Formats: sequence, structure tokens, C-alpha cells
Amino acid sequence: MLTIKNLHAEVEGKKILKGLNFSAKPGQVHAIMGPNGSGKSTFATVLAGKEDYEVTDGSVVYKDTNLLELSPHERAHLGLFLAFQYPVAIPGLSNINFLKTAVNTIRKHQGKDPVDAYDFLAQAKALAMRVGLGESFLSRGLNDEFSGGEKKRNEIMQMLMLNPSLCILDETDSGLDIDALKTVAAGVNAHRSPDHIIVVVTHYQRLLDYIVPDFVHVLIDGAIVKTGDAQLAKELEKKGYQWLMESAGGGA
Amino acid sequence: MSEKKTINDAVSKRYEHGFVSDVAADTFAPGLNEDVIRRLSAVKNEPEFMLNWRLKAYRKWCTMKMKTWASLNIEPIDYQAISYYSAPKTQDGPKSLDEVDPELLRTYDRLGIPLYEQKMLAGVAVDAVFDSVSIATTFKDKLKEAGVIFCSFSEALQEHPELVEKYMGTVIPVGDNFFACLNSAVFTDGSFVYVPRGVKCPMELSTYFRINAANTGQFERTLIIAEPGASVSYLEGCTAPMRDENQLHAAVVELVALPDSNIKYSTVQNWYPGDENGKGGIYNFVTKRAVAHERAKVSWTQIETGSAITWKYPSVTLRGDDSVGEFYSVALTSNCQQADTGTKMIHLGKRTKSTIISKGISAMKGQNNYRGRVKVGPMAEGARNYTQCDSLLLSDTCGAHTFPYVDVANATAKVEHEASTSKIADEQLFYLGQRGIREEEAVSLVVNGFCREVFDQLPMEFAVEAQKLLEISLEDSIG
Ligand SMILES: Nc1ncnc2c1ncn2[C@@H]1O[C@H](COP(=O)(O)OP(=O)(O)OP(=O)(O)O)[C@@H](O)[C@H]1O
Ligand SMILES: [Mg+2]
Repeated sequence: MLTIKNLHAEVEGKKILKGLNFSAKPGQVHAIMGPNGSGKSTFATVLAGKEDYEVTDGSVVYKDTNLLELSPHERAHLGLFLAFQYPVAIPGLSNINFLKTAVNTIRKHQGKDPVDAYDFLAQAKALAMRVGLGESFLSRGLNDEFSGGEKKRNEIMQMLMLNPSLCILDETDSGLDIDALKTVAAGVNAHRSPDHIIVVVTHYQRLLDYIVPDFVHVLIDGAIVKTGDAQLAKELEKKGYQWLMESAGGGA
Repeated sequence: MSEKKTINDAVSKRYEHGFVSDVAADTFAPGLNEDVIRRLSAVKNEPEFMLNWRLKAYRKWCTMKMKTWASLNIEPIDYQAISYYSAPKTQDGPKSLDEVDPELLRTYDRLGIPLYEQKMLAGVAVDAVFDSVSIATTFKDKLKEAGVIFCSFSEALQEHPELVEKYMGTVIPVGDNFFACLNSAVFTDGSFVYVPRGVKCPMELSTYFRINAANTGQFERTLIIAEPGASVSYLEGCTAPMRDENQLHAAVVELVALPDSNIKYSTVQNWYPGDENGKGGIYNFVTKRAVAHERAKVSWTQIETGSAITWKYPSVTLRGDDSVGEFYSVALTSNCQQADTGTKMIHLGKRTKSTIISKGISAMKGQNNYRGRVKVGPMAEGARNYTQCDSLLLSDTCGAHTFPYVDVANATAKVEHEASTSKIADEQLFYLGQRGIREEEAVSLVVNGFCREVFDQLPMEFAVEAQKLLEISLEDSIG
């Protein structure tokens, strides 16, 4: 269970989240939509715990734990995963080495032994195929000179590998061709389970044809101003956000 | 896919090799004069040419001054306060490991040099230099079978004086520079390698150097000769115990690569770098040079993580047509370390090719200078050089500087230089943190990634060791 109440956050003195409320239960898929600059990525980043994002008010509780007290790696250990809108490159750090380190760190936290190197490689190869990345991507530098779509596929591959219980996918569908979109959606659907919460941030209703959400939320000016079911996304596709902005006018 | 072992929980280790072993040493009183050199040569029972060579070098050295152009802060060194000879007690050399002082063996154990069972470095011959005298050499028989000579320099002077006399000083002349000249006068021991015509050396050759007795300067001398068509890979690793006073280290390494031969020389250096104030580290002034004849290839790879002051420019003189020189380097400076390293590639032959990849990492107050010279002579038709210098800064108080000197006297030559300076981005650490990796390890991963092109040049077991050294050296370097 994830419960967020009255979340206020700012970056470099700029107030971006202004009283955001949100909650989700295991097994649910939530979609968050909203205009550019409304605070969707900021919301995701605050959940993941980036240092220079200051929470000035409100609470975030996941698995009965106050997330705001944890550092980013501790949140990851608790099962939080963020598929970044713009994944950063780390030249020279091989994808496979990175993945193995991440998997083993999390396993260690769970009191498990490190993965068997041979099994791990086989699993990684299979997953790379599944998300449409060739084996060669495993030995390349992490996201280094990957195309936009390749980076997104790589994020999904990491999600499948790390098997997190709380996933936030920040525009993982943006910039994808139609085949990539289907691949990514298939990855996300495969990850759907009664134990997992999945939150997808998207601008496009077409993604929601493949990943049918239980709830759709509209985030405007740092707060969720409307919540509905999959139907709401279709309505937004037709009407845009203007009508909601007006009702949110003067908000927070 | 070459999968290099990952660094685990980095950074919080103290310098592990900082201890002094209790071996009764046979040591000359401090001081340097002709008499000391005569005694040194006599103690080592050297052939006469060697003594004359030393004396000639000493007289030359007395007329020389230390160059100051390397941008380092160096306290004056008192050469009369140094002892120029120290030997472990077992003078005549042990016949087997049972005869080796157990204290020495324990020292090696702590350094991770496996003398009893060479599990870790299976297939690697270890010629360990403890202070000034070689005390143990292994795998000799296998090498003998191939006709490879791998022994201490002292032994080479006894067994193969004609080879030493023929090649010593042909790459680095006696008076080449202040420290090489001093070394020529007072060198105590080192390694000697000779690979005969057409022979591929059957194993990696490895030597571990270690400074031990207090105030004993180390003056190693290494000479590697690859006859036509021969090939050899040599690994050098260094660690030193913790000290209060700066210790001088002035080695000379000469590589002779005859036509169609191949020499790969890798160094991982782990000398005590000094404390946060720079006190107690090693002064490391090394002259390393190779001559490459027709179609020969020489490759220097070095990982520098120790020393208070490092001053070192492994070079290749590309004398023969179509010869190839390579230089791959990672230098890490933290605390008050200063590194002034780089390379010289001297293109004399036609179509000679050189590649320089230099990675400098600076942390805390570390200062890292890259100084490279690429020189293309008038006869070097079609010579090519590619240089890439990357610097990574881990703090706001450290520095990185590159000084490329290019000197081209042939219009058909192509010389390319690329340089970059970067910091570890918060975004990178956040990304890794989001995947569950704690910050210290994340820093290690980013730094290792930065160095990967160079690590990939190292033999496998050394690559793992190099990453570990980097991890130890990064301790306290974050922030
Ligand atoms: N580091 C920062 N410094 C200053 N302003 C920032 C910073 N990061 C985000 N912002 C601002 O915060 C607002 C919200 O940005 P955010 O990236 O969360 O929007 P978004 O909803 O994800 O938009 P998009 O749909 O374009 O991805 C924007 O106005 C942005 O310019
Ligand atoms: Mg965004």
C-alpha cells in the first residue's frame, strides 16, 4: 500500500508539488497524465528520493514505512523502481556489470546469496531478447550512446530483472515506435501481479490501449485534480486539459 | 564478453599494506660517494665493467641538477641521508622456501603474493624483490625449457654478463636524466628478462617490489630484451609499508624490442600515498623507455594509485619502420598526492604508429598532470599518433592539467589529440542509487567505467587487482 498525503516539494526554491494526494494498492495499475511542466517527473523523482528535491510538507508511506526518511538506495531496497524519463549514461560501466551489481545489492539486502554468474548471464540474455535488445547491449556501457528507444527498452529490462514491487514508469512510452511500444507494454503487463503497484506517467492514451489502467489521474500544477477510470484517458485525448485547468484555477 | 569483476563495498578501507616487517637487515650506513659505490659493487661481486659503469654514472650525476619543469612541489631530497644498500639476512640465497625467513613469507602473505600455492596467479612466475635482494624465484624450469631467462638483475650480471653489457644503457643512456643517472650509479637489483628469437614467453612474468627497511632508497633496474619475433608480457606490482618520512624511489626500466617482437609491460602501483597532509608517502621518479625496431610493438599500461609524488613518463622510441607504441594509463591522486605522468612517443621510422590513452582521476586535494610529447622525425613518412586524455574530478579542491607537446617534422604525419574533463554527475549517482546501489559503490562504478579502456588492456588477474586498488584509494575521497 502506497499512501501520499498533501505532498509539497520544491526544487531550487521553486514550488512544484502543491498538496498532492495519491494512494495505490498492490495489484493496481495507475496512469498519471497531465500537461508539460505540471510536475509529473518531479513527483516521480521525489518518490525516488533525489537529494536536491526538498519536501516541505506532507507524507509518503509505503509498506508502513516513511519513505521520506530513506535514501534512494534504501527506497530501492524496499521495492521502489523508477523508469527514468531521461536515463543517464555511464560510459564504460557495462550494462551487465551494472545489472549484476544492482541485483546482488538487493539480494544482499534480502539476505540472499549473490546470483550465480552463469545463470545470471543466461537470464540477462533472455531478458534482453524479450525487450528487443541484442546481446551486444549487455557489454556496452550503461545507456552509453543508446538511442532514445533503446534506453526505454533498457529501463524495462531492468524492471523485469529487479522485480520491484512499486514501479513508476515516467513516460517510458515517449519516443517509441509502434513495435517498441508493444514490447514495452508487454513487459509492463508481464510485471502486473497482485503484489505489484504500477504507476505509468504518459501523455498518450494509445499506451493505455495496451496497458489498461485501473485508475487514471490528472496532475495539473503540482496536484492531482481529477481521478477516473480508463475512460478518462479517452476523454482527455479528445478534450485536452484546458477544461480541467479552469476548474483547477487558482488551485492549491 | 570480457566481464571484469565488480568492486564491492568500496572505499572504507584503510591502507592495508602499511606495516613494517621485522627482518634484521644488513645495511650500509647512509651516505653516497665513490667508496660506497665500490663497496656496493664488491658486495654484489659484480664484473668489472659494471663497477666502471657505475663510477662513470656517479661522476656524471655529481655534475647534474634535478630538473624543475615538472609542476610538482618537491621537498629537497638529502642524498647523503639515504642508505644505498640493504639485504635480508639470508645472504647466500635460499635453496627452497623452507630457508626463507618466515617473517618475509608472512609479509608476502599479507601482500597477497602466494608463494606456496600460486593459486591466484596460476601460470605466473613471481620474482619477488624484497628490499634490494631477490629472495625467491619460481617457475624457472618452465621458462628455461622455452629458453627464456627471467632472473634478478644481480643474477644476470653473474650468469649472463655479456647480455647485460650489450644492452644495458642502450635505451636509457647513463646521463639521460638526474634520476636515471643516480640509478645507474647505485642501482641494487631488479629484474632481467631475455626472450630468444621467435619465442613466445609461455607465461606472464611478474615482479613485486616492496620497500621495507627504513630510509632505504630503492633503485631498481629492469632490462627486458625481446629478440626478433619474440613476445613477452611483464607485470610489475608495487606496495610499500607506511612510513613517516618520504622515501625515494628511482627506478630505471629499459625495453629492447627487436624486429617483429612484442613487449607488453603492465604496472599496478600501490604505494603508500601519504596521509591527508601528504606526510609519509613515496617519492617516485621513474625512467621507463623502450626502443621498438622494425614492426615491433611495445605497449605500456600503468595504474598509478600510490606515491606522494609520481614523476614518470614511459616512452617508446619508434626507431624501426612500421613499429607500434602504445600507452594506457590510469592515475589517481587524492589527499595531497601529486602526479606528473605521461608518455613520450618518438617517431623515427616510416609508418610508425602510436596510441596514447590517459585517464586522470583527482580527488580531495590531488593534483594530476598529464604531460605527453609526440615527436615525429623528418624521416617518419606516414607516422600516426592518436592521443586521448580524459580527466575526472571528484572534488572542488583537486585539479587536472594536460600539457600536450607536439613536434612534427614530417608533413605526411597525422597527429590527433582529444581531451575532456568531467565530474561525476549527481544524475549518475542518483540513477545507480535508485537501482539500490549505495553511494560509495556508485562512485566506484562510475570511476571504474571511466577507466575501462585502460583496464581492458591489463591481463585478467591484474585488472581485478587494479580495480581493488582503485577502490582502496578512493577511501574518504568522496565529497
Ligand atoms: N531542477 C529544477 N530546477 C528548476 N526547475 C525545475 C527543476 N526540475 C523541474 N523544474 C520545473 O518544475 C516544473 C515541473 O517539471 P516536471 O519535469 O516535473 O514536469 P513534467 O510534468 O514531468 O513535464 P513533461 O510532461 O514535460 O515531462 C517545470 O516547470 C520545470 O521547469
Ligand atoms: Mg516529465
